[in-house]
Amino acid sequence: MRTFSYERARSPAEAAAAAMRNDGAKFIAGGTNLLDLMKLEIESPSHLIDVNHLGLDRIEPTSEGGLRIGALVRNTDLAADARVRREYGVLSRALVAGASGQLRNKATTAGNLLQRTRCPYFYDTNQPCNKRRPGSGCAAIDGFSRQHAVVGASDACIATHPSDMAVAMRALDATVETILPDGAVRSIPIADLHRLPGETPQIETTLQSGELITAVTLPKSIGGKQIYRKVRDRASYAFALVSVAAIVQPNGTGRVALGGVAHKPWRLEAAETELPRGAQVVTAKLLEGANPTRENAFKIQLAERTLGAVLAEARG
Amino acid sequence: MQDPKDLAGALGLTRRHLLIGGAASLAIPAVAETAAPMAARAQAAAIGVPVVSNVSFEVNGKPHDLALDTRTTLLDALREHLHLNGSKKGCDHGQCGACTVIVGGRRINSCLTLAVMHQGETITTIEGLGTPDNMHPMQVAFVKHDGYQCGYCTPGQICSAVAVLDEVKAGIPSHVSADLNAPPELTDAELRERMSGNICRCGAYSNIAEAITEVAGRKA
Repeated sequence: MRTFSYERARSPAEAAAAAMRNDGAKFIAGGTNLLDLMKLEIESPSHLIDVNHLGLDRIEPTSEGGLRIGALVRNTDLAADARVRREYGVLSRALVAGASGQLRNKATTAGNLLQRTRCPYFYDTNQPCNKRRPGSGCAAIDGFSRQHAVVGASDACIATHPSDMAVAMRALDATVETILPDGAVRSIPIADLHRLPGETPQIETTLQSGELITAVTLPKSIGGKQIYRKVRDRASYAFALVSVAAIVQPNGTGRVALGGVAHKPWRLEAAETELPRGAQVVTAKLLEGANPTRENAFKIQLAERTLGAVLAEARG
Repeated sequence: MQDPKDLAGALGLTRRHLLIGGAASLAIPAVAETAAPMAARAQAAAIGVPVVSNVSFEVNGKPHDLALDTRTTLLDALREHLHLNGSKKGCDHGQCGACTVIVGGRRINSCLTLAVMHQGETITTIEGLGTPDNMHPMQVAFVKHDGYQCGYCTPGQICSAVAVLDEVKAGIPSHVSADLNAPPELTDAELRERMSGNICRCGAYSNIAEAITEVAGRKA
């Protein structure tokens, strides 16, 4: 691990300002992904700003009838929150489908959104990777690509976003609240937080330098049957091959977001209008223009069948 | 300058001695927290100079004040600085669970957290759960049910198992909980799902499950 200096920030504004003062600074919260990457020197910040003590660990009702989830709320606490379980079941389900009990106790809401891909070529520093070393190439495209993206990828990168939580938040139309180094705050719809890889896969979000996530807000619950179904190579403690977050209303309308298929949670509102017509029609529209590799072409059919199973479950 | 290996040979030292001695006497200058302002420390770190930071926490009921290289994980602080080597380093990447300890009542992977981030916290390791003369009920059950073979993952398994029972009691749901809004029960499926962050290469899982089930039953 490379050397770094360390400070404990006392307020969100102080943290954002400290990030601006130090070139090569990073925020650290749960640290479960960042430290893993620092040990491999894939990440090598020269300064760490500990944001664990900013008082951002509460879940509060909003005046619009929704929930405001502090950036530092741990995955375990968010999954176990009584209101989340009752009104945003898809979020609770997505959280407990991810990682292990130990990791969920440390991992935070904001950190989960900002975690990096688990593409094995991103992790293997002997391999070319445009995300890790821009311009070096992509070893995944002609490599072992079973886990990789089938839609929205580029010639530069076919990595997926590994989060389960983010997929549920996309289906719930969450908004990400941030503070900038100059003290200004902004709200980013979750659909606009993560980027597609394009020619610059190393830039993963629309956050600016030093911008700190302070909370994620959920609008008032829309009820319905809320389901998160994750398909993976093991029954537990593995990343998704394909996952489906769905909110289905009694009349068959609803929302669907997919995980494990793209560089960001994958949702197309236009495809959702087809929900009453069944999984095949929805998936065809959702994954239109998909460009899978030979090794991950199975994900197209897997997505359709998983959505089919979810819709059957929703019908009861 | 004389080759250190020749020197070692002349002094009758083995390769192991040389490695241990080498690490201990490595003369890298370090910047202490108290010696320089934050900006200077950040500059030093950027050119590869180690930064030393102070941290105080309680381990198994005993307070400790440490001055540590900021890079020290909680696991390395426990093992290398406090010589509590019950917690094991398996993968060092949060995948195997051998390093599981309980911090503030919650189980975490001590390899994926920095020691300096635990100022003022309360840490329990396997050494704090029980001793050979006065074992924790979970330790007794692991012995009784032969919940191990090589034993390397065992301290992590036991710390995790103790915390799992508290998580179930606190009503925290899991991936296999049928109803999110009902209190979870510690069925075999629940137990296996909740323990999935602890890998046992010897495959003692069925005996581990029996041990935890027995303790859970006794508590209820």
